[in-house]
Amino acid sequence: MRMPDLTALLTATAVFTSALAFAAKADDVHVLNWKGYGTDEPWAVAAFEKATGNKVINDFFNSEQEMLTKIRTNPGLYDVVMINAAFNDQAMDGKLIQPIDTSKLPNYADISKDKAGSPMLVHDGKVYGVPWVWGLTALAINDKSFDKPPTSIAEMWDAAHKGRVVIRDDAVEAIQFGAIATGQNINDIKDMDAVKAKLTSLMPQIKTFWSSENDWNQMVASNQIDIGTYWSGSADRAKTHFKLPVSLVVPQEGAVAWLDAFSIPVGAKNVAGAEAFINYMIDPKFYVEWVTKVGAPVSANTKAVEALPEDAFNRKVMGDPEVAKRIQFQAPITDAQREAYLALWQQLKVDVK
Amino acid sequence: MAAATASRSGLRSALPLLAPAYLWMTVAIFLPLSAMVFFSFMTELPLSGKPWAFTLGNYAAFFSQSLYLTLLLASLRLGLEVTLWCIVIGYPAAYVLAKVLKGRSREAIFLLVILPFWSNGLVRIFSWAMVLREGGILDTALNAVLPFKINIDLMYSYPAVIIGLVHSYVPYMVLTCYLTLQAIDDSLIEAGRSLGASRLQVLKRVIIPLSMPGLVAGAALIFVPVVGSFMEPRILGGRTGTFYGTVIEDQFVAVFNWPLGAALSFILLAVVLVILAVASPVLKRAA
Repeated sequence: MRMPDLTALLTATAVFTSALAFAAKADDVHVLNWKGYGTDEPWAVAAFEKATGNKVINDFFNSEQEMLTKIRTNPGLYDVVMINAAFNDQAMDGKLIQPIDTSKLPNYADISKDKAGSPMLVHDGKVYGVPWVWGLTALAINDKSFDKPPTSIAEMWDAAHKGRVVIRDDAVEAIQFGAIATGQNINDIKDMDAVKAKLTSLMPQIKTFWSSENDWNQMVASNQIDIGTYWSGSADRAKTHFKLPVSLVVPQEGAVAWLDAFSIPVGAKNVAGAEAFINYMIDPKFYVEWVTKVGAPVSANTKAVEALPEDAFNRKVMGDPEVAKRIQFQAPITDAQREAYLALWQQLKVDVK
Repeated sequence: MAAATASRSGLRSALPLLAPAYLWMTVAIFLPLSAMVFFSFMTELPLSGKPWAFTLGNYAAFFSQSLYLTLLLASLRLGLEVTLWCIVIGYPAAYVLAKVLKGRSREAIFLLVILPFWSNGLVRIFSWAMVLREGGILDTALNAVLPFKINIDLMYSYPAVIIGLVHSYVPYMVLTCYLTLQAIDDSLIEAGRSLGASRLQVLKRVIIPLSMPGLVAGAALIFVPVVGSFMEPRILGGRTGTFYGTVIEDQFVAVFNWPLGAALSFILLAVVLVILAVASPVLKRAA
């Protein structure tokens, strides 16, 4: 068999099987997102279906690369896809997503101007991504281990916490965390040796590398850790929903911020349904319910954040202008950079064995 | 002529019996595996829609960094240690099952041995996490019984990985050894004893040599999957839990670099095959 034929065959098989699996109906809205991340909340799906008559079908991915491959190999299957703003470029360059007519989204006008106008989402004046929520990868502490919350990232290196520190098992996050600890721009790391040295000295402090929210929460619940990197939305969820002694700390050195947005893939069969779904997802009513019932990151919709109680974490802490000054938003990363980061991260993990 | 016809008709009548197994092997094992071989020589996954070419770079990556070799050796050591512990624990258990226990009690113990097979592997590993951690079940129980205070925190350590893996794989050793041990005729043991051999001599000269095929089969069944294991080290090993298998998993899941992941897997396969090939004459003689 000639090679291009094989490629075609593989693609055709993938398309065929997915076509079989989801014989799409006109009023179905196929959504692609992380599992357990808002769009698959049963109460939200039920409310949306009742209001619009569309049926929501969720599909999930485990990494951004998998998400891109799923859209590529299943053209026309998905109507809404959740893409981290740092990956929007890559999806647009690959002609995987289409411009969105924001006039069809009544809630779009309430999205904060800096998020809506982000150069990562708007290309040539066309909107390729509707900002949904944003959050931080910062530090979280076990309240039982601290009299007063630390202010510096250096706390992670404090010998008093040896064996009680955790960091996420993710190369990009770890390297960007190292960049912040060495006072560098996370999107333009000039001195990689300094990052490596800094992380090398952190490794003996580490108890384990966490990979899910559940890992983190269990270790705090059984009082096994003092401090570690954590996501802002998860820290909020741990505190309000699971009643754990967890507080988020945005260190004075800064924190990594990310922005998640919704896009509509090229060839989507139900664009109207997709627009309705995205509009529902950025609606204050959905957001307040999501925060109250489950815990969530910060909405990009200013009205949605204002609808929260005064003292809500996502309003008080995350809305603090002092915090806004310290954070750095993640910019796109090339595949080559990503692989280099992984190689460095794996080396660090092997050296500490 | 007559013989040829007979053998051909033999094959024909056997075909309906063989076809399902071979068809299944072709579809479920051979095809995906050959696709993986193919991927391991590519620069990009064809599914990703990017231009791709043939390369040996993925295999070269293994040799260009000391990282992969270090991890491979660590995984091989892990495989050996787990296999050894499975023999130490599994063989006596199999002996008691085959030669000491009879009737109901044998059935009951047998059930206990295969019970772990009926539960999900992930559930077993997470239950170990509850037992091994500081303030966990083991720590609490020992401190409740012992007059002095001890601190047991095995979680996130190399021993935790060994414990979890041995627990998962020891039934294989018990089952394979049980089969060969119970096939040993009791009169052989009695003959040895009546000819003046001590219990130890009987064990060394009669029982172990005759049960060797079971030991070898069990060891191979355990060693091969343990060398490539990733779930147990990741959950139980903490910062010492990076092994060859976890690095392969990262390539598939975290960076979606299937070609490199596939190449690393086939290098592991080759190394394991070489080890088994080198060991087989020795083991055959022993068996």
